[in-house]
Amino acid sequence: MALTGVEIFKLLPKTNCKKCGHPTCLAFAMKLAQRQATLDSCPDVSEEAKKVLGEASAPPVRPMTFGSGDKAVKMGEETVLFRHDKKFVNPCAFAVEIKDTLSDADIAAIAEEVAKSEIDRVGQKLRIDAIALTNASGDAGKFEAAAKTIAAKAAGVPVIINTENAQAAEAAVKAFADKRPMIYGATAANFEAMANVAKANKAILGVSANGLDELSMLTDKIKGLGVEDMVIDSGARKAKEIIENNTLIRRAAIKKNFKPLGFPIINFIQREDSLHEALLAVIGITKYASIVVLSSIEKWKNLALFTLRQNIYTDPQVPMQVEQKVYAIGEPKPESPLFITTNFSLTYFIVSGEIENSKVASRLAVMDCEGLSVLTAWAAGKFTASKIAQFITESGVEKDVAAKELIIPGYVAILSGSIEDKLPGWKITVGPREANAIPAFLKARG
Amino acid sequence: MAFTPAKEAYPGKVYSVAIGIGEGAGAVGGENVLPFHSFEGAAPNRPVIAFEIQDVPPADWPESVKKPFAAVSDDPVKWAKFCQDELKAKAIALRLVGTHPDRENRSAEEAAKTVKDVLAAVSVPLIILGSNHAEKDAPVLVAVSEAAKDKNCIIGKAQEANYKTIAAAAMANNHKIIAMSELDINLSKQLNILITQMGFEKERLITDPMCSALGYGLEYTYSVMERIRLAALTQNDATMQPPMLGDIGMYVWKVKETQAPEADLPHWGSLEERGIAWEAVTATALLVAGAELLIMRHPKAVEEVQKTIEELI
Ligand code: B12
Ligand code: SF4
Repeated sequence: MALTGVEIFKLLPKTNCKKCGHPTCLAFAMKLAQRQATLDSCPDVSEEAKKVLGEASAPPVRPMTFGSGDKAVKMGEETVLFRHDKKFVNPCAFAVEIKDTLSDADIAAIAEEVAKSEIDRVGQKLRIDAIALTNASGDAGKFEAAAKTIAAKAAGVPVIINTENAQAAEAAVKAFADKRPMIYGATAANFEAMANVAKANKAILGVSANGLDELSMLTDKIKGLGVEDMVIDSGARKAKEIIENNTLIRRAAIKKNFKPLGFPIINFIQREDSLHEALLAVIGITKYASIVVLSSIEKWKNLALFTLRQNIYTDPQVPMQVEQKVYAIGEPKPESPLFITTNFSLTYFIVSGEIENSKVASRLAVMDCEGLSVLTAWAAGKFTASKIAQFITESGVEKDVAAKELIIPGYVAILSGSIEDKLPGWKITVGPREANAIPAFLKARG
Repeated sequence: MAFTPAKEAYPGKVYSVAIGIGEGAGAVGGENVLPFHSFEGAAPNRPVIAFEIQDVPPADWPESVKKPFAAVSDDPVKWAKFCQDELKAKAIALRLVGTHPDRENRSAEEAAKTVKDVLAAVSVPLIILGSNHAEKDAPVLVAVSEAAKDKNCIIGKAQEANYKTIAAAAMANNHKIIAMSELDINLSKQLNILITQMGFEKERLITDPMCSALGYGLEYTYSVMERIRLAALTQNDATMQPPMLGDIGMYVWKVKETQAPEADLPHWGSLEERGIAWEAVTATALLVAGAELLIMRHPKAVEEVQKTIEELI
């Protein structure tokens, strides 16, 4: 557990000299405990106190960056067990396994698939984040060749070098020099050699063990060898063990500040049945994995997993929102249709997407409803006739349109009369309920 | 450093609710730990998945989920038997959408007859759902409760607007009920209190905190379920201890991802597999959040979720 204010106070000089900007050492200690101040503000703190406090104030799950450049993946930094308490911080990364026993052409094909996996959902760019290259051949030369192919075909994609053989790791890691790859991994049998390779190549070290006790001892020993950035695998492969071990790891880190398990978790969930594999990924995403390793990345599966990850990692306090304004879709002319909706990101992206599909240039007036969906905003009294009338009037859109006609969502058809009353001279048209009927609706208008 | 696992023992526990009668009977709930945390407590019953069927043909279901039932879905009795005998359903959820005033507007008597026929044909537990029209559901659910007297069915859904009539009928005819509120832990708690204040036993309730599909508010259902389950276990709050329902199918099979053809959206991949994955992923996420009873549609999605449950036990 993180130290309390009083525990921190005991380690401070207790002179109340105020150089830290706080009236007393105790006041400063309280701020430290709440993470609202940093220790370096006190010039007189002892080396001993620095060491103890430094350890205790480090985040419970060690932050680290896997890969480099714009495709780098941030991991760790989590602070809670349940997402309703506070936003989960760094979304679970998806890695796909490539075995070096595949032909060079097949390896290149999967690498390219990864490089092209990015899709846009609700304004976020989502993709398969990493490749796990497995030394299934047992041959260091083949492994190195596969690494080179991947480095060329999926440039910039973070890579896990999956072998327990230190020589093979050494051979392959060169293809990702300065790209901050991960070497997976260290076991009780090889950890000294692996730690050396990881250190020499500035790689993250994946550590795998049989159970949490062995894992804790292993990370401790590896830390003693000077490797700080580790990713841990408890050996769990079955769904039941994954939930159990991931939960115990996260609890130990968050509730006890138990450092030997305060690292991002990697889960290997490859299955022959791709849909079953997707459901294992659901368990990883919801229950504390920082990386899941998949065996295949079909588009339908990616879309479902990207969406789940996005759902689980959104901020529970603040819905994703877009800016209030009148958006142009295509190049609207004065006679183009004008729609209205709320500023919940999901609503905006669905509606604007369907208007785009219809290929009819339009205006979409997006009203600030604190990020609520149409019906939620309506039920909460934020998408009412008078507020809509006020927004439309103040937006000044009137001068851009030929006919004063506003198309409202079908679910709030009930508002049409009262909006007409409050917006004299405007015609209110009720659109379809579901956005996917917008193209047909526009077509029918001609 | 040696590791001592931080195991949790909770003061509270979820009620174990028995459903159905005779050889097909089962139970849901009963655990004193978070979902699939059998390493620190007891979880005596597996989650149960009910296949959804309707009193009228599923004209509004997307093609890929209509297809597996094409030969049977013109008749609820054939449909129910198919689910039980061919798909090995552990439970069946009969949704009486045909009673909705904007649909076929079938009468309460017609609904009662359908229920009787289905009950005569299958032995697995039956969930009987109205059309989600609060006014019409009241008389319909009263009639079907009587028609199914003593069969220990689950009747739903009782909402704030109609719970009195529905709970009274379920009580008189020995059924369980689903209490549904709208994605708010306090509303859910309040409805359970109102229903038990009528003399309805709390051990006969199933909570539906309202479902939402992957990508369309799933995170809200997920977190409300997690919070309800934590309140049941850590605070021993009896009003939060009924098992929870995830009414998955009807939310999933109306979103775009389960309907848009690959030709229109090539980067979304195969429609068939996408739809099945959408339902299975939604279901699995809600199981992890705390649902003990699921209502689903696609046989392949059910099969895969079942397989995952087996791996989680
Ligand atoms: C998630 C959710 C919430 C979340 C809010 C999420 C958010 N950011 O909005 C939370 C938990 C906070 C919430 C709260 C409430 N909710 Co709520 N909520 C939902 C839920 C499950 C999903 C909403 C959603 O995200 N929809 C997805 C978006 C994309 O839908 P949409 O904005 O409507 O857009 C669609 C269409 O309207 C159309 N469209 C949109 N814009 C336009 C524009 C034009 C021109 C056209 C043609 C079409 C169009 O296209 C979209 C896709 O087809 C719905 C039930 C459901 N499953 O739909 C209930 C629901 C909206 N909530 C409801 C209620 C009552 C509430 C509360 C008032 C009560 C409560 N339960 O506490 C509160 C109010 C909030 C407040 N702050 O006071 C009711 C509304 C009932 C009604 N008919 O009025 C619903 C319908 C549930 C129900 N069945 O009763 N809710
Ligand atoms: S600067 Fe250090 S010694 Fe001085 S009051 Fe602040 S904490 Fe105490």
